[in-house]
Amino acid sequence: MSQYILRRLLIAVPSLLGISLVLFVVLALAPGDPFSELATNPNVPPEVQAALRAKFGLDDPIYLRYLSWLNAMLHGDWGFSFVSRMNVDTLILQRLPTTLYVIGSAQILALCVAIPVGVYAATRPYSVFDQIANALAFIGFSLPTFFTGILFILIFSVTLDWLPFVYSTDIKASGFRWVLEMIRQAIMPVMVLGLFQAASMTRFVRSAMLDVIRLDYVTTARAKGLGQAKVIVKHVMRNAMIPVVTLIALQMPAVFGGAIVTEQIFRIPGIGSLLISSILSNDTPVVMAVTFVFACLVVLFNLIADVLYGWLDPRISLR
Amino acid sequence: MLDKELRSMIGKVKDGRMDRRAFIQRLAAIGLTAPMANQILAIGGVAMAQSPAAYPPTKRGGGGPLKLLWWQGPTLLNPHFATGTKDQDGSRLFYEPLASWDANGNLNPILAAEIPSIQNGGLAADAKSVTWKIKPGVKWHDGKPLTADDLVFTWAYASDPATAAVSVNTYADMTVEKVDDLTIRILFKNPTPFWANAFVGAYGCIIPKHLFADYKGGKSREAPNNLAPIGTGAYKFVEFKPGDVVRGELNSDYHMPNRPYFDTIEMKGGGDAVSAARAVIQTGEYDFGWNIQVEDDVLLRLEKGGKGKTIYAVGGDIEFIALNFTDPNTEVDGERSSLKTKHPILSDPAVRKALALLVDRESVKKAIYGRAGRTTANYLNGPEQFASKNTSWEFNVEKASKMLDDAGWKVGADGIREKDGKKFKLLYQTSTNGPRQKTQAIVKQACQKAGIDVELKSVVASVFFSSDVANPDTYSKFYADIEEFQIPMTQPDPALHMKRYISGQVATKENKWQGQNFPRYVNKDYDALIAAAETETDPVKRAALYIKCNDLLWQDTVFIPVMHRLKVEAASNTLRPAISGWANETDNIQDWYREA
Repeated sequence: MSQYILRRLLIAVPSLLGISLVLFVVLALAPGDPFSELATNPNVPPEVQAALRAKFGLDDPIYLRYLSWLNAMLHGDWGFSFVSRMNVDTLILQRLPTTLYVIGSAQILALCVAIPVGVYAATRPYSVFDQIANALAFIGFSLPTFFTGILFILIFSVTLDWLPFVYSTDIKASGFRWVLEMIRQAIMPVMVLGLFQAASMTRFVRSAMLDVIRLDYVTTARAKGLGQAKVIVKHVMRNAMIPVVTLIALQMPAVFGGAIVTEQIFRIPGIGSLLISSILSNDTPVVMAVTFVFACLVVLFNLIADVLYGWLDPRISLR
Repeated sequence: MLDKELRSMIGKVKDGRMDRRAFIQRLAAIGLTAPMANQILAIGGVAMAQSPAAYPPTKRGGGGPLKLLWWQGPTLLNPHFATGTKDQDGSRLFYEPLASWDANGNLNPILAAEIPSIQNGGLAADAKSVTWKIKPGVKWHDGKPLTADDLVFTWAYASDPATAAVSVNTYADMTVEKVDDLTIRILFKNPTPFWANAFVGAYGCIIPKHLFADYKGGKSREAPNNLAPIGTGAYKFVEFKPGDVVRGELNSDYHMPNRPYFDTIEMKGGGDAVSAARAVIQTGEYDFGWNIQVEDDVLLRLEKGGKGKTIYAVGGDIEFIALNFTDPNTEVDGERSSLKTKHPILSDPAVRKALALLVDRESVKKAIYGRAGRTTANYLNGPEQFASKNTSWEFNVEKASKMLDDAGWKVGADGIREKDGKKFKLLYQTSTNGPRQKTQAIVKQACQKAGIDVELKSVVASVFFSSDVANPDTYSKFYADIEEFQIPMTQPDPALHMKRYISGQVATKENKWQGQNFPRYVNKDYDALIAAAETETDPVKRAALYIKCNDLLWQDTVFIPVMHRLKVEAASNTLRPAISGWANETDNIQDWYREA
């Protein structure tokens, strides 16, 4: 097992290097520059723009810029944002708690809905419950979050006036009221995002369960007189969860990466909105850092998924 | 207007025989902006009216929180690094200039004890120096007193190219010296008729010497106070998260009586303009929404029974279509739209005039801008009263067709005009933006009726407005026949605005397309007018010169002005913000209050 993990780790290093190189080159070649707003300003002479470019090293050749970025990164220096002239790690750390809270809650909500509904639907395929769950799931993942987001705002904020639709990071309240406010303002984004993901995950859990539930060993277990609950939980679910774990593990980076559209609609100051505003203002160090963190997380969670496979089905790690 | 007549009018105002307002209206009638008229009075020896803002609150504070929504949140809080108005707006909550422009184009003193004038000795008659007196007793938020040293330092800081401040041009051609602890003198190299630029408005914010002295020049980025401002403003800094939120609290030591009204201030960023309008106008979650560029019928719908309304401020922003004087399709020495070429179609003045007849401003206003726009024929637009009487626009397809017929462009078999075997085809580019694409459609339709084939192109704003030399789609490269966008007028003086189009400013490969004259308009008369205006110390003559510049641009159809755009803001019904078309939204933040 440890050898298996070690092997996976060794593969991760060159892939991260490769990813960073590709990201860097793509960003360097992308059109636009971080000082475009200055270009239309008659008050800013071209010399100042040139001075800024030189100061921030934008005129160096790409390979030099990449090497200095890599070197700084290895020393734990993430660079600084051209736009806010703030260190990138501070900027990301400022946004991370909000992202984890909102997007994490949405993921938990999705899991809490998808697993029970998917499992229950699979045990009674084509029953009324299954039909309804399926229909809702199809509707759920057919409606994009920007649509449901605005729909929720119109219903719960504008018409009913129950919930705020501008997410605020500093609520002027303390203790229990603060907690209540934090929950209140997160309800809509969490619902929008969580239900959207729950919809596709339900379908996935259901079909994974159906694949396993028909296997002979399940019939054997039933024939031995084991109770329905025990068969489903101990014999079916454990095996059916392997593909589900893959799906969840690969979605975990999204928790850290934020949900760009939802964050934009509800003005949630998360990583996703940081990424989109940095892309729009060509703030390359921030885009680079966020996407690279994202890449690291994808690699990491792939690793975790691999380890989990080994635990769920020991045959995998022996290969 | 005759020079003599103006002088006698100034005399009348001086003696009190003529109302200041009447004077400004008279000048407006000949096409002068109110700020310009005020400056004429100031140099003519009449003190600028210090319009006392109607500010009813009788005590400091007690107004509760003020919640502002900026759909692009500030990303840094040093006014001299501000990229875009969002950063200026955020910085202005804490830092202050000596004076700011109010809605009527008057200078309002903020940190200045008084507005310089010839009577009070502030203005030199040769327009080569200004003396500003600072209000005594003003303190920085950390308790240190504000002195002339801070102003001298701000000048030295911003004018140092190594600091890479965006305000460098404002401070470059001058020297600032300390007269005494509360007086500075600005010495200009050349006579400078527009003296109210340095230390006024967005770039005029004064920063504390004791906190920035170590971070001048190359180390400017490292200043911790770039993100945690300590100013003299009505609100003290509390918290800042770039792109998300700026928070401040009432400054109990503020130097103006009964101000500020609000106890705390919050500027929230992110999202889009429509939902910002909704949060202010419809649900009332926020008090004020910045720059609500939303179609007017959407706003009208939101306003029905809502908790807020839209408010408008008139400035000089102009949405226009620029015509390319050079050929974008021929490459000379590796450069398209080169000065060595002539546009095969648009170099004919009759064709340009015909094209101007095909832009239906009234429909554009009706379909797109609504209350947020005014139709205009002028490139240089002032406040409401401004209208250069020499210009006019009309929409007339028949007349345009006739002009094109006369110019030799006959309608071919396919309904498209042609001349000497060349088809009348135009490439019309602009940035990707709902209203602009709609304008394109309206113009294209009219052109089709007149037998002109127009190909539309839209470029993502981040590319279109970039200075990226490698990209062919920037507005300054102008690899198209006509293009549309907006140029904001950042100060109530036309000097910078109009200087862009002198021949020395033509965007070429040589200057890496950094030249501001993107239509590649070359006219010796125009150059001469600008040169004359820049050295003209007589404000009356100088003003007339800029009007002539505008009229030249109109006669030569360098631009087809589409819309004089107003600032659109959303405010709750009870909020009384002090908004000026000549200043940033937060430039008079100390005067904001709420009506019970």
